[in-house]
Amino acid sequence: MSFVFWLLAAITVAGGLAAVLLKNLVHCALALTVVFAGLALLFLQLDAQFAGFAQILVYVGAVAILVVFAILLTRSSETPKDGGVFSRTWGAGLAISAAVFAVLGWVVLQSEAGLPREINVPNVTVLQIGNALMGRYVLPLEIVALLLTAALIGAVIVAMHEKGDAK
Amino acid sequence: MTGFATPLTGYLLVAALLFAIGLAGALTRRNAILVLIGIELMLNAANLNLIAFWRYLPHPEALTGMIFAIFSIAVAAAEAAVGLGLVISIHRHAHTTDLDEMNRMKG
Repeated sequence: MSFVFWLLAAITVAGGLAAVLLKNLVHCALALTVVFAGLALLFLQLDAQFAGFAQILVYVGAVAILVVFAILLTRSSETPKDGGVFSRTWGAGLAISAAVFAVLGWVVLQSEAGLPREINVPNVTVLQIGNALMGRYVLPLEIVALLLTAALIGAVIVAMHEKGDAK
Repeated sequence: MTGFATPLTGYLLVAALLFAIGLAGALTRRNAILVLIGIELMLNAANLNLIAFWRYLPHPEALTGMIFAIFSIAVAAAEAAVGLGLVISIHRHAHTTDLDEMNRMKG
């Protein structure tokens, strides 16, 4: 538990708040990128190099760009004419999320004595991760490959122009 | 430096806070894309929990939490692609991404 951790945690949480609270959606997407990068650095801080770089590649490289494209294609960066960016039932949503955080934080603090405290730094190489993916986890890997193919085709079909939908 | 008995507590609290922020965003914003951003924040908070437990539990060489997080990243990427495709499709039909105005399933 070091200064670096608290710095990264502060950046990540501040980015999360900005991503949810800002009015302009392009600014929200930029704040979301900050959150993804902060989480990748937290993964590196946890000695999970592969997951950290996968996080940067997938989230900062692909998902953030996808979100920016969606915002620009739907012209959502313009503020709605009738004012607020929050829905009519924002009070209930805020209460629910505050209650969820209260319960989660209470549970974590209550179970603190029983939490594991391994101090040895894990020495895991990418070779071991590759062997695990190709050995013990090969069936989930194939299913994920199928899922990604289906998602690719499905996203294209869903967003494709329909016939007679001339613009 | 802190009163926590183990560094894991700090990571779990950060993940819980991030999850609550994402949930608040998904529940209170009017724009459909912001709701997807909130869902992404929640998925990322879960990933942080997985990696933190993998790091501090005994036997990290078993790689269970790490592999779980990697698969979770892949599934979240597929979810983001399909979700944003749906938002673009709805925008083309209804010319809005405002969730308060989307109250019909048939365009």
